Amino acid sequence: MLQQIEGSRAVAEMVALCRPEVVCAYPISPQTHIIEALGAKVKRGDLAPCEFINVESEFAAMSVAIGASATGARVYTATASQGLLFMIEAVYNAAGLGLPVVMTLANRAIGAPINIWNDHSDAMAARDTGWVQLFAETNQEAADLHAQAFRLAEAVSLPVMVCMDGFILTHAIERVDLPSQEQVDAFLPGYRPRQLLDPAEPVSIGAMVGPEAFTEVRYLAHVRQLEALERIPEIAAEFCGHFGRCSGGLLRPYRLDGAELVVVALGSVLGTIKDTVDALRDEGARVGVLGITTFRPFPAEAVRAALADVRRVVVVEKAFSIGHGGVLTADVAGTVSDRAVPVATVVAGLGGRPITRASLRPVFQAAAAGRLEPLTFLDLDREVVERELARMASRHRSGPTAENVLRDLGAAGSKIL
Amino acid sequence: MFQVRVHGRGGQGVVTAAELLSVAAFADGRWAQAFPSFGSERTGAPVVAFCRIGDTEIRTREPVTEPDALIVQDATLLQQVNLFAGLRPDGYVLLNSARRLEELGLAELLGRLRRDRVRAVPATDLALQHTGRPVPNAVLLGGFAAISQVVSLEAVITAIRGRFRGPVADGNVAAATDAYRLVGRTEESRIHAPAD
Repeated sequence: MLQQIEGSRAVAEMVALCRPEVVCAYPISPQTHIIEALGAKVKRGDLAPCEFINVESEFAAMSVAIGASATGARVYTATASQGLLFMIEAVYNAAGLGLPVVMTLANRAIGAPINIWNDHSDAMAARDTGWVQLFAETNQEAADLHAQAFRLAEAVSLPVMVCMDGFILTHAIERVDLPSQEQVDAFLPGYRPRQLLDPAEPVSIGAMVGPEAFTEVRYLAHVRQLEALERIPEIAAEFCGHFGRCSGGLLRPYRLDGAELVVVALGSVLGTIKDTVDALRDEGARVGVLGITTFRPFPAEAVRAALADVRRVVVVEKAFSIGHGGVLTADVAGTVSDRAVPVATVVAGLGGRPITRASLRPVFQAAAAGRLEPLTFLDLDREVVERELARMASRHRSGPTAENVLRDLGAAGSKIL
Repeated sequence: MFQVRVHGRGGQGVVTAAELLSVAAFADGRWAQAFPSFGSERTGAPVVAFCRIGDTEIRTREPVTEPDALIVQDATLLQQVNLFAGLRPDGYVLLNSARRLEELGLAELLGRLRRDRVRAVPATDLALQHTGRPVPNAVLLGGFAAISQVVSLEAVITAIRGRFRGPVADGNVAAATDAYRLVGRTEESRIHAPAD
């Protein structure tokens, strides 16, 4: 049924329709509304026999998720930012143990300096954990991806992280079509674990593995991710058939026909990028967009095919590897490395800075004309940066720069001298 | 696409106002997107929320910097925040105030906007009268429906009843309907609260 609903609520409704048996989470902005809504449903008995387990930290949340999943329960949790970092050891374990946990990551920046707003630093910090990482463009897709995530997780025995932009999606109220219980039941059958903890038949999982087998175990984890790469489009196609709308899959190409410049991005910024590109197309520019829905496993072959006739690529990223540059850029560049296709990075939207059409437009125009630097920070305040650089040059001292920058901007910040 | 920016203070239901407006537009069969500006919201601190309304899917996620309409829930913000930044020359302004626009020091603003598109309505008074609580958000949406014609009063009522129950819903519907009538019928900048 079509509803005008907050993104977090829509995700909670969809997760509930997926009949989780254990929900365990620790609250952290901007994930809280999802967990509050699910907690209320469990308390009302709407999700019986689901158990909502209050935990004392994110580390406990993922540890409980691991334990519950190992007993054969369908498990859901959600986190963001520092919460993800706090649970990161267990995040790796969930993947290493092959447990089909589904987790929403309400993408948020990582400190210091502390920042509650949106970017993709948290998702990038979990890039190599062995989890599948899917990115939602809209709240409709965020909801839909959760049904697909449970299907995929249980099909390939891997945990799946659904990334949705914190606040921008989680707190946005927009149109979402939520399916009926019957529809979801038909798409997502009950979880049948390959192996489960049972006191009657004791097994141990998470055994120690030495140098004689660790490489093979890791290689097999890679093979399993590649298997996910095959299953994701199949599940997305099946979803299309069941629900009459298409969500998920590997990539989301937009106006690639005849495109000489293609803008690549993850998540909700694709909407603003598409509007920007539409305006440029109207003026005759040959620009297209490639949304990456599946970030891990990385769909290299599909990206290579999508960029086959392209002359230039711009990757808009809400995170970057400090001291290096774009994270997604490196993956994308690998797919065109056999051709002379420049791949530029535009770092944008860090810590919640709005990404506007007005700022994107000249960047895309510069890229189309071959004038874009390999690494650009969108809307960077050069003046503030230069002043702090001058201070750093004149006086060598350790410690943070954030307070100086805030003082330059006239914002409230503690003084450190 | 029609873009609205709602200004108010923490505790006045600014975010809820934007949400209700989007639900009203949805009830009218349109596409809508509402979202808050995310900050460290505290009671009394200036808060902004946004709503876009259109006939096709709304894809952009950036804040509204060039609004077609402003809803100002607290007139004391006039001295504190640059409320009118980016407002289009043919834009609408709906202010929560029992005072005349001229008394609010808005002569300059009135000079550059269309006079029939700027209104004050005593939304807090109406809210107190009908709900007993000084929360003007839902009331102003009734006035907004009248001034802008972007959403119908029926849709605003649907949105209010979808969000609230019992006497709170009834009171807000009555107050929003009063605001709709007041804004709709007056050609004056001053709209007297029935209690005046």
